[in-house]
Amino acid sequence: MKKIVLSLICVLVTSVAMGQDKNKKLTFEVDGKCEMCKMRIEKAALGVKGVKYALWDIPSHQLSLIIDERKTDAMQIKTALVEVGHDTKELKATQEAYDNVHPCCKYREDDTDDSEKHHD
Amino acid sequence: MKKIVFMIFLGLLPSISFSQQQLKGMVMEANPENEHIGLEGANVYWMNSQTGTITKADGTFSIPYLQEYKKLIISYVGYRTDTLTINSPQFVHHLLIPSNELEEVELIKERDAVEKARFSSQNVVTINSAELLKAACCNLSESFETNPAIDVNFSDALTGTRQIRMLGLTSPYLLITQENIPMVRGASQAYGLTFTPGTWVESIQITKGAGSVVNGYESISGQINAELVKPLTDNSLFINGYANRNGRLELNTHINHKLTDKLSTGLYIHGNRRDQIEDRNGDGFLDAPLANQINVQNRWQIQDAEKGWVSFVNVRFLNDEKQVGQSDYDPLTDRFTTNAWGSEIDTRRFDSSLKLGYVFPELPFQSFGFQLSYSTHKQESYFGFNQYDIRHESIYSNLMFNSIIGDTRNKFKTGITFAHDGYDELVNTVDYARVDNSVGAFFEYSYEDLEKVSLTAGLRVDTHNRLGTFFTPRFHIRYTPWEGASLRGSFGRGRRAANFFAENQQFFATSRELRILDTGRSVYGLDPEDAWNYGLSFLQGFNLFGRQGNVTVDYYRTDFRDQVVVDWEDPRAISFYNLEGESYANSFQLEVNHEILENLDLRAAYKLYDVKTDYQSGRLQKPLQARQRFFANLGYQTKPKENGSQWRLDYTVHSLGEQRLPNTSANPAEFRLPENSEPYSLMNAQVTKVFSGKFEVYIGGENLTNFTQDSPVLGSTDPFGPNFDTSIVFAPIMGRMYYAGFRYKI
Repeated sequence: MKKIVLSLICVLVTSVAMGQDKNKKLTFEVDGKCEMCKMRIEKAALGVKGVKYALWDIPSHQLSLIIDERKTDAMQIKTALVEVGHDTKELKATQEAYDNVHPCCKYREDDTDDSEKHHD
Repeated sequence: MKKIVFMIFLGLLPSISFSQQQLKGMVMEANPENEHIGLEGANVYWMNSQTGTITKADGTFSIPYLQEYKKLIISYVGYRTDTLTINSPQFVHHLLIPSNELEEVELIKERDAVEKARFSSQNVVTINSAELLKAACCNLSESFETNPAIDVNFSDALTGTRQIRMLGLTSPYLLITQENIPMVRGASQAYGLTFTPGTWVESIQITKGAGSVVNGYESISGQINAELVKPLTDNSLFINGYANRNGRLELNTHINHKLTDKLSTGLYIHGNRRDQIEDRNGDGFLDAPLANQINVQNRWQIQDAEKGWVSFVNVRFLNDEKQVGQSDYDPLTDRFTTNAWGSEIDTRRFDSSLKLGYVFPELPFQSFGFQLSYSTHKQESYFGFNQYDIRHESIYSNLMFNSIIGDTRNKFKTGITFAHDGYDELVNTVDYARVDNSVGAFFEYSYEDLEKVSLTAGLRVDTHNRLGTFFTPRFHIRYTPWEGASLRGSFGRGRRAANFFAENQQFFATSRELRILDTGRSVYGLDPEDAWNYGLSFLQGFNLFGRQGNVTVDYYRTDFRDQVVVDWEDPRAISFYNLEGESYANSFQLEVNHEILENLDLRAAYKLYDVKTDYQSGRLQKPLQARQRFFANLGYQTKPKENGSQWRLDYTVHSLGEQRLPNTSANPAEFRLPENSEPYSLMNAQVTKVFSGKFEVYIGGENLTNFTQDSPVLGSTDPFGPNFDTSIVFAPIMGRMYYAGFRYKI
């Protein structure tokens, strides 16, 4: 009996694993405005185990990711992003985290694209 | 029992989810034909919630629906993200628009003409096409006049060829590649840089110091890579004409055509000639060669961005003829006679290469690259009674795989290289035919924390029939101690088999006797060269008067463990022998870049070289190497008007300190040179008037102070006598010179 349950679970687990992609593409919006934000966002995303690739586009605010779905998911990444002070649609950064971003990156006050103005 | 519970549980699952209301829909790609192509894997989620799903293979999705959800977000890599307002759970049909169609972001600020890499671990300077235009003439060897990383010297008193140096070492110690395929090497070492017309060059990357292991083990003091213009991005028609007062005429034509979305081709034709006899210093010798060159290249570019393929196929044919020597020399009647001294250097070269790149469409960080090139180079030449013929057949192939370890902060490149060089070399009556074969494998790891630290560590192992089996490690690190700063360090090894006749061809136009003092080893009887390079560099950006600038200090040292010493210290001979003792090149450079006034850029550099070798006559500074050099370039351009019209002005000054001259004390008094040359300065200026995006005209002057070397040809009155020497050249032979040209493009 136990054997059967076990094998059933095994079958289920494998099918679940099959449904999870090692190189899953993912895109969502992250607020920010400049090169410095870009660095912070990408760094925070790559800091999550299972994130293989992160590219944040300044004008569109889109964060494109490739992740290993077996190790992480979108919410874990969003949690990491709000921790460094960047809002997403679902999760917002705490005031404390937001206060820690560099003054030039205060996207909540002024959401313009500053990519041409400074690079550091 | 357990089984039953389990079954019930399984049975319940779907009913639980069905009890909730579902919003269903389909996400499709917007296309001109309005076909319904479902997008698999798009993200669909409710704004400000944790509820989301992914579309299935046919593009359909189903997502739990609640009254309070209003905004549905649909996103997908490479497409524009859309937010839909949903008021009731009705089937949603949504088209996603590829983001590159909508977001063609215009680049407002043009890139700086010279970019210093602040974030790369290697000390790389990129010279782009705007900077290349500052030196209007004419080929790759003349493209470095406005860049302090490279010093341009004169190789001899006859051919007008420029010789480039980096970190105090001559070009054989650099790896010069064309689109990452080694190019100026072996037989083409002396004149190879003049075989790439300037208009063909899209950009140049100069890496100081150890460089990467990917392109081989030969680089010692640095790497220069020239990227050529590409059929897809170059102008569909480009014409450039150039003429100077010394009778040099050049014509460059590019024709590019896009055959299909995926296939483009370009034809690049270069011709130059000089028929005018110039002997302004009155020594009876031509100041510049009578020359003509035809250079034709055809490129094919195949690109399939969707599938991730890009490929280039290149074919190039070159014919170059030069006649130098006494101005009344006629090759038909005077060849191999003492009527007059003359020389002819004829080169034919064929190049072909194939490059293939594949980027995994789903994994932008993973790619394959393959390069294969084949070239034959044939130089037939004589210098008075000296005959020098060389044929060099070369095959080079490199296969590389790029990917990541874990995430994109940890990348690697790995691959294998195969190279074959067959030489057929005739030095007067001695045949030095030889074959070089090598196989190597490399692995290069790079780490970047996106903020403060990046590093590159590479190792290659090669097996070479004359160099043996050896390791080439190279390491680079960059650290940002504070904002705007960048501290770099590097070390690495390089090895090479010196082709010292091809590299020192100026010796043939002298009465010097050839001496090879060692025998029994693998390279003309000598040892292969082996050197380590160490470097430190610091860059600080600053903002002065609201305009950006940077200052760089760097120090590099090259230590030779084995070197073929080229000894010019006996005026009767040139000797080649294995290094015994020390040989090193220390270089220090301080460089400042700043936009000192609106649209006026200054670049200034001071350089100090300590390049010493233990010769048989003792430790000496390398001859014809200025210990100190100063360089400044001022560039001004007016704001372009709407039609693109603009003025561009450029002024460059090079100051060279004393250069040690080879020892001539054994010569009779009239042929003796001082120990050191006097310091001097050279100035160049250029004005470009851009009439529109299509047409521009430029005029310029070189050597405006008209400084020339008094008697560049020693013993010029008796070229067949014992004191004839054209190799000791420390200053220009050509005086002030003006040129004009135009560029037309559509």
